[in-house]
Amino acid sequence: MSDMNIAISLIWFFLLLYAFAGSVDMGAGFWALVYGRRKDTRAGQIANRFLSPSWKVTNTFLVLLVVAVIGFFPRGAFMLGTALLVPVSLVLILLTLRSAFMVFAYTSQEYTVPLLWISGITGLLIPGLLMTVLPVTLGGFITMEDGAPHLLLGKVFTSPTVYAYVGFGIASELYLSSLFLSDYAREAEDEQTYRQYREAAAALGPIALAMGVLATYAMLPEAEWIVLRMRDNLTWFILSFAAFLCAYLALWKKNSRGSRGLPRVAVLVTAAQYTLASIGYGSAHLPYLIYPYLTVEQGFTNPLMFRSLLIGYTVSTLVLLPVFVWFWRLFLTDKRYIKPE
Amino acid sequence: MDTVTMSRALMGSSLGFHIIFATLGVGIPFMILLAEVIHYVKKDADFGLMAKRWTRAQAILLGVAIPSGTIVGVMLALLWPGFMEIVGEVIALPFQIEIWAFFLEALFMAIYVYAADRLTPIMRIISVGFVALGASASALLITDAHAWMNTPRGFRIEDGQILDVNPWAAVFNPSVWTTASHVLLSAYMTGAFAVVSIAAYKLLRGQREERERKFHQKALVLALFVGLAMSLGTAFNGHATAQMLHEYQPEKLAAAEGLFETQANAPLALGGWVDGDSQRIIGAIHIPGMLSFLAGDSFDTVVKGLNEFPREHWPPLHVHVLFNLMVGIGSLLIFIAAFSLFMQWIRKRLNPWMLRMLVPTGGLAILGIETGWIFSCTGRQPWTIYHIQYTHEAATTADNVGTLFFLFLSLYLFLLVVTGFFMRLYFRKFPVSVDLQKGEIL
Ligand code: HDD
Ligand code: HEM
Ligand code: HEM
Repeated sequence: MSDMNIAISLIWFFLLLYAFAGSVDMGAGFWALVYGRRKDTRAGQIANRFLSPSWKVTNTFLVLLVVAVIGFFPRGAFMLGTALLVPVSLVLILLTLRSAFMVFAYTSQEYTVPLLWISGITGLLIPGLLMTVLPVTLGGFITMEDGAPHLLLGKVFTSPTVYAYVGFGIASELYLSSLFLSDYAREAEDEQTYRQYREAAAALGPIALAMGVLATYAMLPEAEWIVLRMRDNLTWFILSFAAFLCAYLALWKKNSRGSRGLPRVAVLVTAAQYTLASIGYGSAHLPYLIYPYLTVEQGFTNPLMFRSLLIGYTVSTLVLLPVFVWFWRLFLTDKRYIKPE
Repeated sequence: MDTVTMSRALMGSSLGFHIIFATLGVGIPFMILLAEVIHYVKKDADFGLMAKRWTRAQAILLGVAIPSGTIVGVMLALLWPGFMEIVGEVIALPFQIEIWAFFLEALFMAIYVYAADRLTPIMRIISVGFVALGASASALLITDAHAWMNTPRGFRIEDGQILDVNPWAAVFNPSVWTTASHVLLSAYMTGAFAVVSIAAYKLLRGQREERERKFHQKALVLALFVGLAMSLGTAFNGHATAQMLHEYQPEKLAAAEGLFETQANAPLALGGWVDGDSQRIIGAIHIPGMLSFLAGDSFDTVVKGLNEFPREHWPPLHVHVLFNLMVGIGSLLIFIAAFSLFMQWIRKRLNPWMLRMLVPTGGLAILGIETGWIFSCTGRQPWTIYHIQYTHEAATTADNVGTLFFLFLSLYLFLLVVTGFFMRLYFRKFPVSVDLQKGEIL
């Protein structure tokens, strides 16, 4: 692989990581709102158990993504920064409100209800807004004036393509998070909560899939090129669809406890499903970062910096890996944490 | 207002907001670590309780520190794409390593807070030690990027092309160690005085049980010691920082001191404000020869004046006021801390008027941080990268920056109020007296 391809693959990998972690994180906020006030279920509590220690770590993945893009593709900074100023700023404002109010929610029982609303609503809006970035990179929303890029905001917020993407993002977020939380509830041996999240996931899976297909075809008027190229990469999408079917079947299969569903299998296979689809999408997108103005090659940093960054990422990952493992054990598998008396 | 001005306003206010929480995020974990260690060594439960209560406060601050940091991090790329082009090619390393410091801090903070009951005392100390380490490392690394903007190294620009890149020469630029020590020492100092403020306030208010008084008294003395040591360190190191300016950014030092003519035996100007047209400082006290002495350890040192430089390269002259405020606050806090510790030592307890004097110290330290940073960043104008890139070359060309500025400004004001509100609410609900009665210690 050439240096450039290594760099863009790393960015793709960080993006995927944040898409998973962010979906579960934001989705948990939404489910905490939906189930939080109901006395008959612990579903809200389970969502919060997961959220409390992990949102900071998830947020750091977002920062990692931004820093990695600038580090590897600094020559694209002008284009990316200018084009994305407004949508990303709105995300930042919502993200700030969300984090602040989530922390406040732990400190105060009196104000729980309004605080839950804030974290629930922003949990839907943030992934939705983040998704608007994708169609913007596909072309049609940016014009060049005197060599400086301008984003056509009005067009972005009235385009059906953009809304199809937003819908796909939110549906995926809720599908992924309900799947994950069903597994988390199973780990906590809370059968009733498990069933609730499984039901949600079973309902959302086909919706997410349908939205994905819809979003793809909605691109035809504005960015036909990517649809054509996705067709060239059809194998990945077929594999992804097969993975979806397996995961969905796993949700219905009888398990040893006499109920339905193998949540662990479903989570892992669904992760594979999204990974496969995003390989197909990513390959279709290349070599453009922003169509048709900015390619990977134009944005790429100098070879010396590239090598230093690569060494930096390798060393720091090795150093931090044990801490991540410990963290995972303490909060995702330790029964003393996830299943309090 | 043009886009560049609005971008500067938006960047400045976002950084000014972040730095309040970021500095406390460096200073308070350091205090928590000290309290945990003292608790372990002296087996005094009060220190365990201190660590616990400060951790609660820090957990609330984090809710704002992290997103506001995310804002500035992303905004750097959005508002200053021209700058980030060079950053990405030359000084991407500290930004990148900083991410891992953030991970270190976030992971161990979660472990320290949410797994406290499952950790041994030693593991607790290690966890909070890594939190403090992660926070200090992130301050050090971002300051590295800032130091590089003041003393850029590791590349050269020819016809708009970036050539001869040497990432490590950029990382180890000449001002990084002085600047980073100054930032860290002043952050530890601010954390300590924040504790001083609260302890003094609690000791002043109402009749308190002896047990509770003792608790606040211990916190106060510990924090005063740390505050004194760190503010002395900040001042000594500030001297080194000023010498760094003398060597590498003479026009910034000249603007800070309102010095127009290059001269040996240059005077130090205290107070007043600088008038560029009449080339005078209005209302200042002059200490003859002192500036030369501070800049080069000798009265014969020749200090460059502003007239050496073209007028359009002068920093804004109001930085003199900012510089004076920072130095004044530093000197005042050293004096207050030393005096209070002395009185505490001979009388064993502080008078109400002395406690009242201690209440504003935390706020003053934060003011010192704000004025220091604004001095440093504004004093670099018109350059974003000193003598390499003008601020207007760094800025975005996007529209809407003005609208965003007002949007973000409202967000910051709103969050300041709400954070204060929840902080009060929380500590009202869990007063020290109740914690002490429960005898509940992490
Ligand atoms: C509580 C905070 C505080 C206090 C009491 C002081 N400083 Fe400071 N100072 C800072 C907090 C700070 C800072 C906010 O951390 C800065 C801003 C940028 C930086 O590197 O550190 C800074 C910058 C800064 C600079 C500019 C560096 C640059 O532009 O690169 C100088 C010359 C000094 N300081 C000198 C001093 C002196 C002589 C002090 C005497 C007591 C002093 N500072 C006290
Ligand atoms: C341009 C300047 C700065 C940028 C781009 C920046 C960036 C960031 C980012 C992205 C975060 C969030 C990290 C996360 O997601 O966990 C953060 C938090 C933090 N920043 Fe800043 N920062 C800047 C200035 C500073 C300075 C000057 C200091 C040191 C005094 C500092 C200290 C911290 C600390 C300690 C945190 C962790 C939050 C906490 O634990 O309280 N930052 N910063
Ligand atoms: C966190 C504390 C900081 C504060 C309060 C602060 C304050 C400011 C202010 C007031 C401005 C506007 C200057 C003007 O237009 O007159 C500014 C600009 C800027 N600062 Fe800082 N700064 C801080 C830290 C940093 C750090 C650590 C970096 C480097 C990574 C940095 C990079 C910049 C950049 C790129 C600009 C815009 C370009 C320019 O005006 O030169 N700042 N900052």
